Amino acid sequence: MRPSYLTDGFSLRSWLLTTDHKRIAILYLGSITLFFFIGGVAAALLRYNLISSRGLLGSAEIYNKLFSMHGVVMVWFFLVPAVPVTLGNFLIPLMLGARDLAFPRLNLLSWYLFMIGGITVLYAMIIGGVDTGWTFYTPLTTLYSNGHVVLAVVAIFISGFSSIATGLNFIVSIHKLRAPGMSWHRMPVFLWSLYATSVIMVLATPVLAMTLLLLAFERIFHIGVFDPSVGGDPLLFQHLFWFYSHPAVYIMILPGFGVVSEIIPAFSSKELFGYKFVVWASIAIAVISFLVWGHHMFVAGESLYSALVFSLLSYAVAVPSAIKVFNWVGTMHNGYIRFDAPMLYAIGFVGLFTMGGLTGLFVAALAADVHLTQTYFVVAHFHYVMVGGMVSAYFAGLHFWWPKITGKMYPEMWGRAAAIIIFAGFNLTFFPQFILGYLGMPRRYASYPVEYEPLNLLSSAGAAVLAVGYLLPLGYLIWSLMYGKDAPANPWHATGLEWKTPSPPPTENFPATPVVTEPPYQYPLKEAVSHE
Amino acid sequence: MIPQATKDSVEVDYLIGALVLASVAILALVYGLILLYMFRYHAGSKAERGRPSRKSWRFEIAWTAATMAAFFGLFLWGADLYVRLFQAPANALQIYVVGKQWIWKVEHPGGQKEINALHLPIGRPIQLVMTSQDVIHDFSVPAFRIKRDVLPGRYETIWFEAQRPGSYHLFCTQLCGAGHATMTGEVVAMSAPDFEKWLSQGPAPTGARESMAAEGQVLFMRLGCSGCHGAKGEGSGGAVKAPALVGLYGSQVKLSTGAVVKSDDRYLRDSILQPDKEIVAGYEPIMPSFSGQVDEEQLMRLIAYLKSLKAKEKP
Repeated sequence: MRPSYLTDGFSLRSWLLTTDHKRIAILYLGSITLFFFIGGVAAALLRYNLISSRGLLGSAEIYNKLFSMHGVVMVWFFLVPAVPVTLGNFLIPLMLGARDLAFPRLNLLSWYLFMIGGITVLYAMIIGGVDTGWTFYTPLTTLYSNGHVVLAVVAIFISGFSSIATGLNFIVSIHKLRAPGMSWHRMPVFLWSLYATSVIMVLATPVLAMTLLLLAFERIFHIGVFDPSVGGDPLLFQHLFWFYSHPAVYIMILPGFGVVSEIIPAFSSKELFGYKFVVWASIAIAVISFLVWGHHMFVAGESLYSALVFSLLSYAVAVPSAIKVFNWVGTMHNGYIRFDAPMLYAIGFVGLFTMGGLTGLFVAALAADVHLTQTYFVVAHFHYVMVGGMVSAYFAGLHFWWPKITGKMYPEMWGRAAAIIIFAGFNLTFFPQFILGYLGMPRRYASYPVEYEPLNLLSSAGAAVLAVGYLLPLGYLIWSLMYGKDAPANPWHATGLEWKTPSPPPTENFPATPVVTEPPYQYPLKEAVSHE
Repeated sequence: MIPQATKDSVEVDYLIGALVLASVAILALVYGLILLYMFRYHAGSKAERGRPSRKSWRFEIAWTAATMAAFFGLFLWGADLYVRLFQAPANALQIYVVGKQWIWKVEHPGGQKEINALHLPIGRPIQLVMTSQDVIHDFSVPAFRIKRDVLPGRYETIWFEAQRPGSYHLFCTQLCGAGHATMTGEVVAMSAPDFEKWLSQGPAPTGARESMAAEGQVLFMRLGCSGCHGAKGEGSGGAVKAPALVGLYGSQVKLSTGAVVKSDDRYLRDSILQPDKEIVAGYEPIMPSFSGQVDEEQLMRLIAYLKSLKAKEKP
């Protein structure tokens, strides 16, 4: 076996006390895969329940606990961390040409905080769960819920510190550890997008932490912050919550933009179209994302004027996203396009994210939002962005860098098949929900009027296809660890410093500090030699 | 399809239709180009590539400007309609709604009460004055394209004008606990004569029912409000100087801070529960709070009584 970070010590201790960013990325990869499947099982049960208008699980309480668990686990323990803590942790130092992140021990601490938060939330779910939804709206949460709200909130509070520490670590690393010659405008878009993500993490997460602390205090001591019966304001919670949670949507999606901006040039063998515009669009999204939280409250009782301002700003944040989509498509023009699995996932991402973004315009348009909000239209919209978009991008990145991370090639045919099955299953699951929403079916209903049954059946059938699509990579990626071909240093003929070191990289990343002499994505404008 | 049962629902559908058209056009462009490039520029294809465009900023500025213009148009359209959706005409018929886990309680001005049902006349603007007794609920009628959160401790209003008789779904669309999915009902729109008939034969036995205002007057006496505000609310009761309530509803009230507020449901509610909050100019803040002594339905009756003072006893 070639010497690499994977062979640098085999004991459990060498993994659990490692400060190597690559090994920590592997620890995270295992953890978030676990959470993805726990959240996924909950989703499957939800779709099973909704096959019949009476609800097949037979209990609204169980249904409420399942969707709360699905939301909490997927948002805080999969979508928010996924790309930054796995691909980001593994790749930031490699792409910067550095030996490690700026604070290796803080990085390890982040993982432990994440695991303490994750285990706490699972414990809360096992002993009875919460029935408030992942949004924890007051006063339902503070006065009327019978679930383990405080424990769940503490878990999210702890994992928030993991998020803040990771964000700080990334920001400092990107500022201080760039290889000689790597100016800001020679930095790959993946690093830019993680930089923008980290800024949001560091600025927004403390607001969430304070809000959850107030929520816990109110539940325990009945202080009047959110509870109107003691002088509190139930809308205040929504303002504070969405002040974090709307930017958090961009914590989830910006890293996906970064992944796709690496993959599309690599498999088109062409420079990223409008590099600077893509970069500044990321920064613009990070800034504007803080100004749009009120669009979650168009029917919740905020004033007419706030609603108008938040609607306008919501359109403003959609502009940079549109710029990115046009640039990805522009990159493919005149390229030499190869359809390996990462590219198929990336193209799937562009399509599904565009769909999610466009339906976002429906809920930003005030009068349309009044009809569509709180229905399945919204469920479909944010699943297109966060699952169709973000999970596709995560899978794209996982396949793209899998040879680098593990030193093994995954089976290409299976990778392509899974990408296509996921795309088809996803659309079959979530497209009918747009129609259900327009027809008025409310979200979070354990049972529903019988006329919504056919579309729900279609959606649940799609979920079964999607489940197969998500299980396939679990199978063939593990298979590749044992039986996959050894990966060369640069199987895709991609640019970027991470491809200039062996696969898998040695513990110290590079034998000598690399020097950057040109902008990123200098592809040769010709057919790449097919990979061995 | 869901029925378009109000005047505004047609307009909302036009807006949604325009959004669908815009989305389909952009999706066709994005998917179309991706598929075209996938086919034309796949590795191994002999297609003429040409030089890549170096002046990408021209494209960037062009599509950014086009996107912004289109978005701004959609914003204006949605905003204009929203403003109209939330500003009720002055002559709207007010009906009161209280949400609680997990039922909708409706009370008509004449005192008719219903549970999980709302009967209303077509061809007449209706305004719902809504509050919650516990958690946040959300009053939603898809066929009317309306929806509004119902918050504890506050009055929220929506209005609409039903156009065709029929029975439509009423949903609670804000997660409100275990019974959330069962907090549903029906909205029955009826012709004006049918509605009058329904009112007179309504859910409460004839005779036993009193109008909300009349019940409010009884409460007004029983709670001792008349001790200061006078038996008919004219502001001359007893030794304490209290503002006159006759003609108050709908008027502009000058506060001790110098601010002027409109005397509406919200103002009256707050004045009963938190009398120190907005003190009328020229009066001492001596009124006690009735918070905890009156429930939501009693509050609504008190306010109905105060409203009735405006019409019939204004000098």
